[in-house]
Amino acid sequence: METDLNSQDRKDLDKFIKFFALKTVQVIVQARLGEKICTRSSSSPTGSDWFNLAIKDIPEVTHEAKKALAGQLPAVGRSMCVEISLKTSEGDSMELEIWCLEMNEKIYFGEVQLNGLGEGFQTVRVGTVGTPVGTITLSCAYRINLAFMSTRHFERTPPIMGIIIDHFVDRPYPSSSPMHPCNYRTTSEDTGVTYPSVEDSQEVCTTSFSTSPPSQLMVPGKDGGVPLAPNQPAHGAQADQERLATYTVSDGAHCAVTPSSSEDTETVSNSSEGRASPHDVLETIFVRKVGAFVNKPINQVTLTSLDIPFAMFAPKNLELEDADPMVNPPDSPETTSPLQGSLHSDGSSGGSSGNTQDDFVMIDFKPAFSKDDILPMDLGTFYREFQNPPQLSSLSIDIGAQSMAEDLDSLPEKLAVHEKNVREFDAFVETLQ
Amino acid sequence: MNCRSEVLEVSVEGRQVEEAMLAVLHTVLLHRSTGKFHYKKEGTYSIGTVGTQDVDCDFIDFTYVRVSSEELDRALRKVVGEFRDALRSSGGDGLGQMSLEFYQKKKSRWPFSDECIPWEVWTVKVHVVALATEQERQICREKVGEKLCEKIINIVEVMNRHEYLPKMPTQSEVDNVFDTGLRDVQPYLYKISFQITDALGSSVTTTMRRLIKDTLAL
Repeated sequence: METDLNSQDRKDLDKFIKFFALKTVQVIVQARLGEKICTRSSSSPTGSDWFNLAIKDIPEVTHEAKKALAGQLPAVGRSMCVEISLKTSEGDSMELEIWCLEMNEKIYFGEVQLNGLGEGFQTVRVGTVGTPVGTITLSCAYRINLAFMSTRHFERTPPIMGIIIDHFVDRPYPSSSPMHPCNYRTTSEDTGVTYPSVEDSQEVCTTSFSTSPPSQLMVPGKDGGVPLAPNQPAHGAQADQERLATYTVSDGAHCAVTPSSSEDTETVSNSSEGRASPHDVLETIFVRKVGAFVNKPINQVTLTSLDIPFAMFAPKNLELEDADPMVNPPDSPETTSPLQGSLHSDGSSGGSSGNTQDDFVMIDFKPAFSKDDILPMDLGTFYREFQNPPQLSSLSIDIGAQSMAEDLDSLPEKLAVHEKNVREFDAFVETLQ
Repeated sequence: MNCRSEVLEVSVEGRQVEEAMLAVLHTVLLHRSTGKFHYKKEGTYSIGTVGTQDVDCDFIDFTYVRVSSEELDRALRKVVGEFRDALRSSGGDGLGQMSLEFYQKKKSRWPFSDECIPWEVWTVKVHVVALATEQERQICREKVGEKLCEKIINIVEVMNRHEYLPKMPTQSEVDNVFDTGLRDVQPYLYKISFQITDALGSSVTTTMRRLIKDTLAL
C-alpha cells in the first residue's frame, strides 16, 4: 500500500520511476532512428548506467523528455506516450507506433490517441513492473495498414527526429490539445546548442548492492535492472498475441512524446500490489464496458475475491452472497425462471437496482445485434415468444412412468426376437469392418 | 519447485535454420543475463552493464537484438552450427529441436557430483521445408520474419510473468546460479542440447540415452 512507504522509500521510488520513463524514451527513440545499435557491455558501472543497461543517452532526447514530464511522473490517469511517425519529403505525416508508459491501478488504453494509426491497428503489452503504488505498463500500439506508404515514393532525406511535446497535464479534450514539434538534429548538424549530458546530472543510480538476502527494493534488476516491488508480480489483462511490425523506417522517422489522459476505454483489470493488507480479502476493482443487456452502465463495482456469476447485476448495497440468486434462488412461478421475469420487463428502464427487495435488476430486453422491435418476428420478439416453450409430454412424470413400465414389460419379447436374428446382426457387423 | 517449460515451433528453409535459432536463443539469453558481478569487501557487490547489438539476418527479413558479448555469441553459434549440420546430414524429414535449459547447481557431498536442477527450459522445434521456386523462397523470407516476430513477443510475454527466478546469490554461491566464465556479461547457468528426429524410434532412443547419461553423470 502506498501508505506503507516511508518518505525515503517514496523518494527512491519516484526517482526510479522518473529514470525509468527517461530511459524508456531513450530506448524507443534510439531504436527508431534507423541506425543499427551496438553498445558494449561494461563490467564497471557508473552512476549514470541506470538499470544496468549500456545505453548512451542522447542529451537532446533526455532534455525534451524532461521538458515533457515537467516535473511530473507517470501516474494513474497520466500516461506518457512516445509517438513514432513517418514524415515524407512532401510534408505528409503518418503515425506508425504509439508507445505508452502508464501507471495503472486499472488497465486501459485511451482510444482518442490512436486515431492516427489507421484501421485495425494492433497493440502489444511490452512489459509490466509492479511497484507499491501501482503497476507500470509499457505498451505499444502499431499501425498495420500501410496503404499510405504503398502509393508514394519517398526521397531519401536525412533522418530527422522530432519530439512532439504535449505537456504532462490531464487534458479533457485530448484531440484538441496542441502538440509542439521539436526537431532533433543528428550530431553532424551543429545547432550551437548543447544540452547537459546525463553524466552531468546529480541524480545517479545505485551501483552497490548488498549480498545478504537483499530487500526487494534493492534487488538488482533481473529484467534489465528495474527494482521489483515487494514480492507481488503484476497481473493484468492478457496481452494481445500479435506480431510486431517489422517495418523499418529508413527515413523521415519522427518521434513524438505526448502524455495522454485515459478516460474512455475500459477493460478489466486487477489491482495487485499492496492490496492484501490490511484487509484479508483481496479486493478487485472492475471497470467494465457496457454490455448488451445493461441499460445503465455500472462504472465501478467492487467485489470480493469470490467469483460470483452475474455479480454485475447484483445491487451494490447488499451482501453479494445473500443477494446472489444462484445461492439463494428466490421463489418463482413454476413455469418461469427469475431471470426470464427480469428479461420480460419491456417498459422498465434501468431497473430497480436501488430496490433492496428485488434480487434481480429489471432491464430492458435488448438482444445483441437486433434491430428495434418493429418488424414482425424480430430477434427480440422471437426470443420472448419461444424462450418458454411448453414441456415435452414425454418428459412429464406420469407419461414417463407409463412408458417406462411398458418398456420393461416388452423387454423379454424384444430380447427373444434379437436372439433369433443374431446371425444376421453378426453378418451385418462384419460388412462394416 | 517445478521447472518451467516453454515450447516454440518454427518452420524454416534449410539456410534459415541458423539465423532463426540464433534469434530465438539470443532473445532468451538477453532476458536471462545480467552485468558482471563485482563483490566488494564490505559484503556488497556492483553489477556491470549489459550492452546490446542489433543483428540483421541475411536469409530472413528480420533483425533481432542480442547481448553484446562476442564470447556468448561464439558459444551459441558453435552449438547452432552443430545442430544445423546434424539436421542437414540426417536426411530425414528435417525435424529437430534445440533445448536451452537454465539450471542451478546444488552442491553434493563427495563422492557425488553436483546436482543440476533446471528451473526453466526453452525448447525450439524446427521443421525444415524445401522450396522449389525463387518466389516461394521470397515469400518464405517474409513469412519466417513475421513468425519470428511472434515468437519474440511470446518470449517477452513469458519473461514478463515475473515467475520464479533464482535468488541473488552470495559470493560463495554465485557460480551455482550464474555462468561467471564470460568476461563481459553474466547469464544464468545454462546448457544447450539438441536432437534430430529422423524417425520416432530414434528420437526416443536419443532422449532415453541422454536421460540416462544425465542421471548418472559421474
